[in-house]
Amino acid sequence: MAGVAGGGGVGGSNDFQWCFSQVKGAIDEDVAEADIISTVEFNYSGDLLATGDKGGRVVIFQREQESKSRPYSRGEYNVYSTFQSHEPEFDYLKSLEIEEKINKIRWLPQQNAAHFLLSTNDKTIKLWKISERDKRAEGYNLKDEDGRLRDPFRITALRVPILKPMDLMVEASPRRIFANAHTYHINSISVNSDHETYLSADDLRINLWHLEITDRSFNIVDIKPANMEELTEVITAAEFHPHHCNVFVYSSSKGTIRLCDMRSSALCDRHSKFFEEPEDPSSRSFFSEIISSISDVKFSHSGRYMMTRDYLSVKVWDLNMENRPVETYQVHEYLRSKLCSLYENDCIFDKFECCWNGSDSAIMTGSYNNFFRMFDRNTRRDVTLEASRESSKPRAVLKPRKVCTGGKRKKDEISVDSLDFNKKILHTAWHPMENIIAVAATNNLYIFQDKIN
Amino acid sequence: MAAALGTGGRGQEAGQEKQAMQHKDPIAPERAEELKLKAKYPNLAQKPGGSDFLMKRLQKGQKYFDSGDYNMAKAKMKNKQLPSAGPDKNLVTGDHIPTPQDLPQRKSSLVTSKLAGARSTSILIGP
Repeated sequence: MAGVAGGGGVGGSNDFQWCFSQVKGAIDEDVAEADIISTVEFNYSGDLLATGDKGGRVVIFQREQESKSRPYSRGEYNVYSTFQSHEPEFDYLKSLEIEEKINKIRWLPQQNAAHFLLSTNDKTIKLWKISERDKRAEGYNLKDEDGRLRDPFRITALRVPILKPMDLMVEASPRRIFANAHTYHINSISVNSDHETYLSADDLRINLWHLEITDRSFNIVDIKPANMEELTEVITAAEFHPHHCNVFVYSSSKGTIRLCDMRSSALCDRHSKFFEEPEDPSSRSFFSEIISSISDVKFSHSGRYMMTRDYLSVKVWDLNMENRPVETYQVHEYLRSKLCSLYENDCIFDKFECCWNGSDSAIMTGSYNNFFRMFDRNTRRDVTLEASRESSKPRAVLKPRKVCTGGKRKKDEISVDSLDFNKKILHTAWHPMENIIAVAATNNLYIFQDKIN
Repeated sequence: MAAALGTGGRGQEAGQEKQAMQHKDPIAPERAEELKLKAKYPNLAQKPGGSDFLMKRLQKGQKYFDSGDYNMAKAKMKNKQLPSAGPDKNLVTGDHIPTPQDLPQRKSSLVTSKLAGARSTSILIGP
């Protein structure tokens, strides 16, 4: 069956086949730094897909509705809105250059016709409102159709303006700017399940905000030591629990995760739970701590599990068990014997993200050479797929890839030394309900769908 | 490949180490890589996760400029051309006093993303 021969075989209880659907972005070999995608996120319904880039821009795609007139465009994502979210800044007081790169985008659950999202760079979080306008008022009394004011003395009759349909216009406007609350660089934002608050985390502190209040935020975690010489770890990611609005987790550069309960105390410096896998001291090396640094933490949709990504693996933790993960998946174990060169070219510090599918039965994360990996938690099957222009033919089923670690290289396999470490897939997203995935490959966004979809 | 329930990555490595010993090669891959690194950089600090390393991470974006130095250099060099920066214009620390010509231009950020542009390709899937 579809385990190896087909295009995947991972993604649920049935064997799915991942097919190419769309690719967005320029084809030029020369990639401008600003075009590098830095975050990808579906909204709660999966109808909208947002991307942020290093140039501070946000592009939102919307899924086309099925329609009889265009049967082939079922499920296609097209540009809905694009705007400049953040601009480069210079903090003169601290002599600090602030990049406009969008680190994270998080959608708010939809409450009315408009859509809201939070986008953040290293220092400032912004709440954006994206709304549609498809009607225009015509027949004003005091101004004519061009907008010029009419001479009031020439007006002899009164009329009631009428609303007339117009071409759809999608407008994005910044509704709140949450600034000046972070001394260090923001790595995460997470909207709370209460839909009123959210957290923002930097290297040493986590703040709690109310979505309506921009001039104050509450500090809930502070791991800055009194003497900076004693600094041993930093916060790498943080997230609110999907159902319990008092619970959040944060991960560290030492490979640990702390779960905090905001009911137990105002300042959550003391954790409620501490997740750490015991280490075999004899296997410790110079690289151990670096590769154990957690680059992403995500709760499962059920709220029962959480997943962490470190340099070489993805681990699933049961929130009820702190002493070790319940599942560990090797992403690219063959890199363990390349750590020296990966340290020299800084790749060892790459921050990969990870994501769950809607039913929590599968997880996905990226790798190098534009490869990404999917693991089925039930069948324990895994697959390596590639986001490339070569496999971008209509309805093309993705062929599984294999990296050969030594000895004889079979046909179609690629050897570890031939991997392109500049082609990294750091950001991926899975539609909340369907088997549609978005994969960011440097400056291109690939969308894949399963055939049966 | 997925490890069996309960085994971490380190467990697998210990297994590898045992196997390796049987083949008369006692060094685990991670350790071998460490030796390689130490051979290349003998002065490498012992604690990679220690505070120097983290401090570097926390100071990302820091630019160094002293207006006093700058003005003094300008005054001294009134009649001579100021030496221009080398190829790496982003590094304005050290002996070279930056001049306005050397500083990287602030990026003009009003270009639309190519993801939203006309050149993006979309390929339709059939029914």
